[in-house]
Amino acid sequence: MNKDELKKMEEEALRQIREAENMSKLNEIRIAFLGKKGQFTNAMKSLRDLPKEERPVFGQVVNEARSNVTEKLEEMKTALAAKAREKQLESEVIDVTLPASRMELGHRHPNEIALEEVERIFVGMGYEVVEGPEIEKDYYNFEALNIPANHPAKDEQDTFYITKEFLLRTQTSGTQVHEMEKHKLPIRMISPGRVFRADELDATHSPNFHQIEGLVIDKNITFADLKGTLAEFAKQLFGPDTKIKLRPHHFPFTEPSAEVDVSCFKCGGKGCRLCKGEGWIEILGCGMVHPHVLEMSGIDPNEYQGFAFGVGLERIAMLKYEIDDMHHLYENDIRFLKQF
Amino acid sequence: MRTSLNWIKALVPGIADMGPKEYMDAMTLSGSKGEFYTELDKNLEKIVIGKILSIEKHPDADKLVICQVDVGQEEPLQIVTGAPNVFEGAVVPVVLAGGRVAGGHDGSTPPENGIKIKKGKLRGVDSYGMMCSIEELGSSREMYPDAPENGIYIFKNRDDLKPGDDAVKALGLDDAVIEYEITSNRVDCFSIIGIAREAAVTFGKELKLPEVTKTGNSENAADYIDVEVRDTDLCPRYTARICKNIKIGPSPEWMQRRLASQGIRPINNIVDITNYVMLEYGQPMHAYDLSTIAGNKIIVRRFMDGEKFTTLDGQEHTMDSTMLAICDDHEPVGIAGIMGGQNSMITRDADAVLFEAACFDGTNIRLTGRKLGMHTDAQSMFEKGLDPNNASAAIDRACQLVEMLGCGEVVGGMVDVYSKVKEPLQIPFEPDRINRLLGTDLSADYMIKVLTALELEYNEETGVFTIPTFRQDLKATCDLAEEVARFYGYANIDSTLPSGQAMAGRVSFKHIVHDQAKRTAEFCGFSQGMTFSFESPKVFDMLKLAPDDMHRNAIRIANPQGEDYSIMRTLPVNGMLTSLARNFNRRNKNVKLYEIAKVYLPKALPLTDYPDEREELTLGFYGEGDFYTMKGAAEEILQSIGMRDIVTYDPNAGIPFLHPGRQADMLYEGQKIGYLGEVHPDVCDTFGIKGRAYLAVLDLPKLVEKATFERHFKGIAKYPAVTRDISMTAKKSILAGQIENVIRRDSGSLLENCELFDVYEGSQIGEGFRSLAYTLTFRAQDHTLEDSEVNAVMDKIISDLSELGVNLRK
Repeated sequence: MNKDELKKMEEEALRQIREAENMSKLNEIRIAFLGKKGQFTNAMKSLRDLPKEERPVFGQVVNEARSNVTEKLEEMKTALAAKAREKQLESEVIDVTLPASRMELGHRHPNEIALEEVERIFVGMGYEVVEGPEIEKDYYNFEALNIPANHPAKDEQDTFYITKEFLLRTQTSGTQVHEMEKHKLPIRMISPGRVFRADELDATHSPNFHQIEGLVIDKNITFADLKGTLAEFAKQLFGPDTKIKLRPHHFPFTEPSAEVDVSCFKCGGKGCRLCKGEGWIEILGCGMVHPHVLEMSGIDPNEYQGFAFGVGLERIAMLKYEIDDMHHLYENDIRFLKQF
Repeated sequence: MRTSLNWIKALVPGIADMGPKEYMDAMTLSGSKGEFYTELDKNLEKIVIGKILSIEKHPDADKLVICQVDVGQEEPLQIVTGAPNVFEGAVVPVVLAGGRVAGGHDGSTPPENGIKIKKGKLRGVDSYGMMCSIEELGSSREMYPDAPENGIYIFKNRDDLKPGDDAVKALGLDDAVIEYEITSNRVDCFSIIGIAREAAVTFGKELKLPEVTKTGNSENAADYIDVEVRDTDLCPRYTARICKNIKIGPSPEWMQRRLASQGIRPINNIVDITNYVMLEYGQPMHAYDLSTIAGNKIIVRRFMDGEKFTTLDGQEHTMDSTMLAICDDHEPVGIAGIMGGQNSMITRDADAVLFEAACFDGTNIRLTGRKLGMHTDAQSMFEKGLDPNNASAAIDRACQLVEMLGCGEVVGGMVDVYSKVKEPLQIPFEPDRINRLLGTDLSADYMIKVLTALELEYNEETGVFTIPTFRQDLKATCDLAEEVARFYGYANIDSTLPSGQAMAGRVSFKHIVHDQAKRTAEFCGFSQGMTFSFESPKVFDMLKLAPDDMHRNAIRIANPQGEDYSIMRTLPVNGMLTSLARNFNRRNKNVKLYEIAKVYLPKALPLTDYPDEREELTLGFYGEGDFYTMKGAAEEILQSIGMRDIVTYDPNAGIPFLHPGRQADMLYEGQKIGYLGEVHPDVCDTFGIKGRAYLAVLDLPKLVEKATFERHFKGIAKYPAVTRDISMTAKKSILAGQIENVIRRDSGSLLENCELFDVYEGSQIGEGFRSLAYTLTFRAQDHTLEDSEVNAVMDKIISDLSELGVNLRK
């Protein structure tokens, strides 16, 4: 083989590479030229036929041609692979707007969501979450809370009785007494739970509902602390611009007592449908624990004082999530639950 | 409680110019919560006094007349009217053109923004305004008994009025009525005087109480009437006075207007006086026709059991001996504190009346009222427990009004049976303690100023406050602190956070377990529901419980809201099934719900101890999925709270409301932790769920006991695993669980996994048989398993399975 023949061979190889349409064709070319029995191998073998002194020069020429062909073949291989990948991708286009295949997750009840928010806030302020019995003794529900037999407040609360001694608790406040009787002071607790009153089920009432009780007892707890605590609670629950307003009120187990309004978190206090144009929404009752209540639970009111508050959970949930009818909360219609 | 704002202003002249909103907001912040107010002159504009100068017939209408009315302008106004009762010289309210009235003359519900009056033509004759009926002025004949049934309101005997004057004011409609929510402890605030006292301190103005002067002739009431109180416990005080030569007639305008503004219909002077004093003093009064009181004697005693009594509204009641009667010498003439009797009612012929102002035991009145199903104004006052010292003040006020109105001659003296005089309470003044409670730094002087304005008397020498008896709510320093705080203003007290020992906030382990269980249930697609704790005893039959099923031992509510809410649930499934059925009826597809529901299990009935209140996690669904879907959800929940050992299932659960062949108890570490299954088709029918539904109930106290969030890394297996497939046929009565038990037992710690990959029933296998195929994965933690080791295990498994009656397929 002479140089011209080699040149022709190289050109033939390069032409075939350029014209190769796919990987298998390219492979054939590789075998035909660069394989063990390929043309370049043969060319190398033909070195033996040359005079000794010409061999190195011709060998170098063959090698250069061979590596040129190898290089071009690799280039073509990369180009063909890219083209093939491109083609594959083109063929695999999908409609990304078709519906997702989802795990259908369940939803949590709005009461529970509201409760978790409240718990998070108070646990963050160092409160312990405790529970009390729903079937309660008259003593804990009334008497120990300064509501003796025949007190009109007993009527106001329309109690469901089981026996003379046992009743369905009308308020979570009884848990205050259970906690105080443990005499582990100081106390900072909240106690959520189910309560019952003989109200007909309607848009805003239910005979079966939930409250969250709060109690703080220590040596120097003041009414100002109660205000500050509730202001912080309202801000965390309803938004940082929320203000609170305390109105004097009466509960037998606190003195002084107050009802608490929050500035409407929907309209910011300008007046809207949610706050019925008032700009304020009543959310809870509170006060300084009555010394007589402390005393009955065996705590010295000269040494300790504290505050208590009670929040209606349904009220919070209905306000926060704009639920317009109490019925929804106990019907468990999936179309309702799915919105939370 | 409601008050006319003008009446309050009469007692607190310093706030004469205040509007109702400003008044109400300030009163709310000092403790007399205003709920809303109603302006009586709402939509009344340009309404003046007119005097009809002349009346002539309308040329084209029989029923219309043309009036010339002097309204204080230069020229009389021409007004066409169809009212039948107009006459020349009549003084009437006239709305001028461009003005507004509240409603139509038919008294139907007035439109929100009233009715605008324009000048117009009636049958071709110009009319420049309208003469008004009482209904057009937004009121009624109830409140203005002198108004005609049909026609224009005509002022009578009002020489003080001249044409052009403000007619709204002349009618007493320039007022607002404030509705308060007064708390039960503030008995004194159920009176005009009580509210006025609060207003005076709230606004820092003087309180001008009515001056009650001595009344009566030289005679003595004791010569007319004798009073004997036999039950002093139920009647701590009874006062009586006599008025004779009574002239029954209407009470004066001003009194009628004040009663009307409070929603009380004027009747006649004597009745109106008792009502007026009740409003003003908060002390109910009663007037008896003295001539009907037999033996001129009042006896306060209990009724006899079964005694019949007819009240002045004509109702007959059967009384009992817990109820207190006001009697004459022969028989009862009134139910104490609730209502007088028909037999002693004031009529037009009454010549002398006996006024009664008494104090009765509030609880007793409340119980009597409840038993009789009665609810009167007087009763609701007495129920609160009145101050006996107020009774004499009120009865003197009533007699003063009798003299003032000239409707009778007051007999001197009062018969007063007052066994145990209520003495005022003394409370030592502790300003430091008040500041310590409130977190304030108020001066003692400031506190004294507030408290004395509330009519508490301070003795500087002893440092003690004397509490007036009308403030029965003030008993201790904390009560004084509230008085100081509410007038200082709750808003003016600082907002601080509790000081002292810092405390760690915390939730219980149970709380954390429940939380995780809820999250997993939701991850499995179940949404949280909530249902009532009480239900109907019919539920037991609906759930097919046997007559002796222990779940029938439910706690009964003594006074339930109907049978449907009468027992405390002992099973958590009724609420779930009801909720599923409701969703089904509403055509919601594929509904999955869960609830953390308490059941209430009595230790003994009737209840002598706290029952076991157990929380159960109940899952329920219908739609896509089957028994194994529910089983999967239950196992996911257990896994997620660290219950990672094998759960076993016992199909002999015996649960009546589940499908007998598709139910199981769930056992963990040998203990029952719950049950699950397909709802019995009968029960689905009963609840109205078409198709299949599934339930699972997990006993949360057990779950909390077994749950753990401890986790330890055991390393990742270093040595290869060996897998073997094993295929078999067996009678259907042999459970997969039994087969797996053998596999697990025989392979011990070498078994990494045992996976059922095929179950087949059909023609190729005999009737009553099925085939099962498992892939078993073996692995040792410390070496590469030899074939011989695995073979040994497999041989044992195969032999034991054969013993169980399983045929291995080669």
